[in-house]
Amino acid sequence: MLVITCPNCGDRPELEFRCGGEAHIARPQTPAELDDGQWGAFLFTRTNPKGVHAERWIHQHGCGRWFNALRDTVSDRLIATYPMGTPRPDAGAGAAPSSPASPTSQP
Amino acid sequence: MRRFSLTTLVKQAMNAHAGWERQWRNPEPKASYDAVIVGGGGHGLATAYYLAKEHGLTNVAVLERGWIGGGNTGRNTTIVRSNYLYDESAGLYEHAMKLWEGLSQDLNYNVMFSQRGVLMLAHNVHDVQSFKRHIYANRLNGVDNEWLSAEECKAFCPPLTLDPNIRYPVMGGALQRRGGTARHDAVAWGYARGADARGVDIIQNCEVLGLKRNRDGSVAGVETSRGFIGAKRVGVVAAGHTSVVMNRFGLRMPLESFPLQALVSEPVKPVFPCVVMSNAVHAYISQSDKGELVIGAGTDQYVSYSQQGGIHITNHTLDAICELFPQFTRMRMLRSWGGIVDVTPDRSPIIGKTEVSGLYVNCGWGTGGFKATPGSGHVFAHTIATGEPHKINAPFALDRFRTGRLIDEAAAAAVAH
Amino acid sequence: MSQTYRLPQGGRIDRSQPLTVRFNGKALQGYRGDTLASILLANGQHLVGRSFKYHRPRGILSHGSDEPSALLSVNWRAERGPGFTDPNNRASVVEAREGLETRSQNHWPSLEFDLGAVNDLLSPIFVAGFYYKTFMWPRKFWDSVYEPVIRAAAGLGKAPEVPDGDRYSNRHAHCDVLVVGAGPAGLAAALAASKDGAARVILADEGREPGGALLHDLGSTIDGKPASDWVAEAVATLDARENVVVLPRTTAFGYYNHNHVVMVERVADHRVDAAAGLPRERLWQVRAGRVILATGSHERPLVFANNDRPGIMLAESVRVFVNRYAVAPGRRIVFATSGASAYTAALDARRAGIDVTLVDLRLEEDCGPELGELRAVGVEVLTGHTVVDATGRKRVTGLVVAPIGRDGRVGARRTLPCDAVGMSGGWTPAVHLFSQSRGKLRFDVELDAFVPGQSVQAETSAGACRGLYDLAAVVADGFRAGGAEQPVEASASRTGFQPARVLPTDADPAKVRAFIDFQNDVTAKDIKLAVREGFESIEHVKRYTTTGMATDQGKTSNMNALGLVAGLLDKEIPAVGTTTFRPPYTPVTFGALIGPSRDALFEPVRKTALHQWAESQGAAFENVALWKRAWYFPKAGEDMHRAVSRECKAVRETVGIFDASTLGKIEVVGPDAAEFMNRIYTNAWTKLEPGRCRYGLMLREDGYVMDDGVVARLAHDRFHVTTTTGGAARVLQHMEDYLQTEWPELDVFLTSITEQWAVIALQGPKAREVIAPFVSDIDLDPAAFPHMAVRTGYICGVPTRLFRVSFTGELGYEINVPADYAESVWKTLWERGQTLGMVPYGTETMHVLRAEKGYIIVGQETDGTVSPDDLGLGGLVSKVKPDFIGKRSLARPDLVGSGRKQLVGLLGKDPAEVLDEGAQIVATPDQPVPMTMIGHVTSSYHSPNCGRSIAMAMLVDGRSRIGETLYVTTPSGFTTATVCEPVFFEPKGERFNA
Repeated sequence: MLVITCPNCGDRPELEFRCGGEAHIARPQTPAELDDGQWGAFLFTRTNPKGVHAERWIHQHGCGRWFNALRDTVSDRLIATYPMGTPRPDAGAGAAPSSPASPTSQP
Repeated sequence: MRRFSLTTLVKQAMNAHAGWERQWRNPEPKASYDAVIVGGGGHGLATAYYLAKEHGLTNVAVLERGWIGGGNTGRNTTIVRSNYLYDESAGLYEHAMKLWEGLSQDLNYNVMFSQRGVLMLAHNVHDVQSFKRHIYANRLNGVDNEWLSAEECKAFCPPLTLDPNIRYPVMGGALQRRGGTARHDAVAWGYARGADARGVDIIQNCEVLGLKRNRDGSVAGVETSRGFIGAKRVGVVAAGHTSVVMNRFGLRMPLESFPLQALVSEPVKPVFPCVVMSNAVHAYISQSDKGELVIGAGTDQYVSYSQQGGIHITNHTLDAICELFPQFTRMRMLRSWGGIVDVTPDRSPIIGKTEVSGLYVNCGWGTGGFKATPGSGHVFAHTIATGEPHKINAPFALDRFRTGRLIDEAAAAAVAH
Repeated sequence: MSQTYRLPQGGRIDRSQPLTVRFNGKALQGYRGDTLASILLANGQHLVGRSFKYHRPRGILSHGSDEPSALLSVNWRAERGPGFTDPNNRASVVEAREGLETRSQNHWPSLEFDLGAVNDLLSPIFVAGFYYKTFMWPRKFWDSVYEPVIRAAAGLGKAPEVPDGDRYSNRHAHCDVLVVGAGPAGLAAALAASKDGAARVILADEGREPGGALLHDLGSTIDGKPASDWVAEAVATLDARENVVVLPRTTAFGYYNHNHVVMVERVADHRVDAAAGLPRERLWQVRAGRVILATGSHERPLVFANNDRPGIMLAESVRVFVNRYAVAPGRRIVFATSGASAYTAALDARRAGIDVTLVDLRLEEDCGPELGELRAVGVEVLTGHTVVDATGRKRVTGLVVAPIGRDGRVGARRTLPCDAVGMSGGWTPAVHLFSQSRGKLRFDVELDAFVPGQSVQAETSAGACRGLYDLAAVVADGFRAGGAEQPVEASASRTGFQPARVLPTDADPAKVRAFIDFQNDVTAKDIKLAVREGFESIEHVKRYTTTGMATDQGKTSNMNALGLVAGLLDKEIPAVGTTTFRPPYTPVTFGALIGPSRDALFEPVRKTALHQWAESQGAAFENVALWKRAWYFPKAGEDMHRAVSRECKAVRETVGIFDASTLGKIEVVGPDAAEFMNRIYTNAWTKLEPGRCRYGLMLREDGYVMDDGVVARLAHDRFHVTTTTGGAARVLQHMEDYLQTEWPELDVFLTSITEQWAVIALQGPKAREVIAPFVSDIDLDPAAFPHMAVRTGYICGVPTRLFRVSFTGELGYEINVPADYAESVWKTLWERGQTLGMVPYGTETMHVLRAEKGYIIVGQETDGTVSPDDLGLGGLVSKVKPDFIGKRSLARPDLVGSGRKQLVGLLGKDPAEVLDEGAQIVATPDQPVPMTMIGHVTSSYHSPNCGRSIAMAMLVDGRSRIGETLYVTTPSGFTTATVCEPVFFEPKGERFNA
């Protein structure tokens, strides 16, 4: 179970939170102008990265506020949390490598 | 390939088993193949097997990052059933079921397919309605599935409690008698041996790093940790890592990967005769031929490639197991593990073409891929060999996320009112 | 012959507290401080079980949690009745106490004479993976013969058959430093970490008392003190520190994300006097700032022919039984080793008066000073010798050894008679928890073992678990890990070993049965076979042979298997791979894992403010989401059908009262509330007047119906939204999500008010008559307060939001009152209502009445793939609004085309027959399977008010099929039904205007 740093409340166990999936996928301003392919991509296509992932969380059983987080999907280490509407911080040093050549094949 | 049989086994026993040969070769990759399968799990190996067996395509390589069958094939709870609601799903899983029923003989490898029956428990009025809808739809699709009263459930699965005072008492269940379990590793090995015997190269410790395309955009081959391998056709069957492989190919997928956990108890004498599933309380349980209770838990809520989820997930599953089988609280968890499951928005798989000519993908099996292994490989082989989907997998095209023709089994099963 | 093998003095046992346990019915004497293993050995009982596959006689291999063989079924509380027995308890870790009843496992008819041992004769056939190669013909025999036989043979002990008599508890704890393992490194680490008094430290150890290996170390000194004194002082110091919690009998078994370490504490099993309410075990979920792993190491067995005979155990275990428990495992013990530590065991055994011989695989010149030390006390030591066999069957009688020449040739055999063997193939650091923490393991060639490499979490390993075996180094490492380095003086330890895989032998390797995994009966031959067949990754070898998969999870076998495979492939060990360790370190009871989450605490039960009243009226309840809802109110002698019929009629004839409190309720407040509603719902809200209600439909972004409900506009900037019972939380989350993340510019607040307002629904022609006398500040006249209006005022003097709405088609009110007043208002209305023929009704009647009117229920008519138009509710989708959630998706090709299922009514051929909900619809049954299904029944009831059965269905192009007769499945076949409009009672829809 993760410990998640709510920007408002501090470190709390994951049970208090709900994950809302990939962050920074803004709802199109005028959906009617998108073709079916673009709309389908907005609805369903996800980066699903092996490495640093920007994702949305809500402190459901706490302050009730949504925020974004950077997390490494290999180590599950939480790198940063930041308020909605602010840009994704630089993952910086210490983030797990996500390059194709990373040694991921240890049995 | 030396045939497996009781006779050869006894003969070898007298020869200290010195005559058994490798079940599959360990070849160096060739410069090019007619088709390359990325991913040496059950689905990928089955694809290669059927390419060779049904379509005569033997100049084929299976490229596996680690060791064959080391991913979800060897990490699942081995449940096999085909009682899905929608025609498309029933068609796919029943196709697999029919192959399962002759698989040991076809592969000459005992995959220990055991049709001990899969019982899905209903705990509320909504479950009852939903299961009856499944049962009727299955009947008209030629898939066996029958309604059992609570008492009949108990007769079929004696350890089950019918205590009316538990939180969600059992109101009945849907039983697919042809459902059951199989020996998961043997499925991968059996397909590997069968494919290898027909000329397929199984190349382990070979990670695919990128896609090379011809000037017309079609597939030319794959870059790997063991060098470039040419290929006219490439089929990606990489389960939880499909997004990773496809991202390396420059394609994004409607997939998310989650940790899915399972556990076994210490082995005990036979006590549990069938498979029991309960969607309402989130639990799956059966007993392996070795005596372990095999228990499936849920997924964590976040994307992860760690093969390790939180203990609260397994604990909640055990809550449910002990709710239904209160005598098991003194049993012990022996081993737990996680897999990485790739989940699509409608919880149904994607099997078919991509926007790149010659590139095919088979993914998105979520928490239920094992049961489909033979069928999945069979129709994917058809798709790769002919360039067009088999009629069974045509509805599972990637394009459905554009058109909206989703196949949403989860939505059909689990909405409380 | 009681305790014939008990040594006359010594040991950490309390000879003043004798006790009796039973083994297969036989009473065995022991002392407080014993384990079951030490009592069995003290009484000369070496044969304690049968192996998994071959039913070979097995004894005690180890003294700790790595024991693979000595597994017993234990009845912990025979005196309390059934429910206290469980299988597969390791005799080496079960603390003996008065009254334990134990049984050996996996044999028939008896431990001594086991017919299953015939498998041992068939072992040439029953090799690794034999079952993959046979049992395939004839096809039918698999199901009827082979598999049942295989299954019946499997398993060890018997599963408990009755519900558990014990309870379990669960505790969460936070600390700055968690130290796992209270051996020399762990104690030093805890001392250092807690020194300044500031850091909160938890020290956990699986043993009954702290000290680890020092508890059986009689010879060593630390800082000039005997090791046991050093332990006692350390424990006293830690006990005295307020910032330290010492937890004995507590196994840290799982190391999860973010330093979440889970441990199980054995609370009651060892206590004779355990009070009935005392939990058996307690789960500790610890969140630690830093974790120090001081988990020690495991000794490796030697692999030689018949190395599994009872009496053959690990060398260090012999030492433990002699020193800690004052038990002689034998009178004549041969030690066989490839390293130095066994010399210490031999010296201690010799000192206890046991006849000792030692066989060392190493050549004379490769041995250290230990060789001279042992010879100096007169013990015969054979260096450069291999073990080629063991004699004896149910108890070892001799060890067959032979010299190995420099060329590797095995010389002349010699049998060393003995009644016990202590073997040592070197040591393996216990890196399980480190590996679970996802730290990367590193192979150390010198140590011939995997040791912790790069850490991933805030964790440090200390002592033997990272390959330090010298006592001074171990203690110093503990201090370092604890954050306060200090110099340590200690007596020198005998360390170092030569890796031994399978011992050289002169026997035909095809005939040698040298065990690697004792419990799963995996021999070196099996592993060779697996490699021959192409299983080269250790993961493949494990799965093919099952080595390392038994209840000890390979603690004694993994390194031997790995080394053997590497040798066969001529590869370095890391190239063959290591197993990733997964929780749990040792098996954990389900009971401890679930703790109190049973029965009513399995999931919370939500009850409405009116629950008690319904109970007092004998209501039957149904589970809806977490709620208990009154389902129907049977009168004496009524079944569900009759009760529901009566309730349905009464509502339409007089009036019914219904608890609708579980409906989700959300208040949407703020200057931009209407704009927010416009974006969330399909329909338009701007023009809705305050004081009016509107039915609202909500989609997911993919265009499918998500929820519905009546919404009241209380003021220009205030909406009272209702949702389905099951959808309440989901809808609020959905709204919050969009409000906070997509439209933060909107000035709106969302508040769940489900629990605050109870809802009493009064439905029926006499509804107004019932409430009229109690309502104040609201004009109930239909002209002033029409259908789909809302008013605030008072009822029975209690503030109310009074909705005039109807889910039955009748005149109806939904009376929202503060939940605390609900029961008193209800009772007042009930008292008056009875004089007017009022009945209480439950959810089943609610369902029937709404179906008579063709009102949908989200989740019943819909399944997550249904659009508004499919439901005939296209009119609720605004054509004017440029955007709302789901609008764009409604224009996708698959949602606009024909061939979609649409909501219709169905009237079955036989008015008395109620179609099955979930039944499938076909145009004709005269078609081959698989048939083309064109729809399914979503709701189906007997309608007392229509005098017949009615049904709703989703049917392909249903609205163009009105009047058609179609076929509907029944349990036995098909019936026919006619398609109609989905409204069965009073199609005009005027009664609610009354």
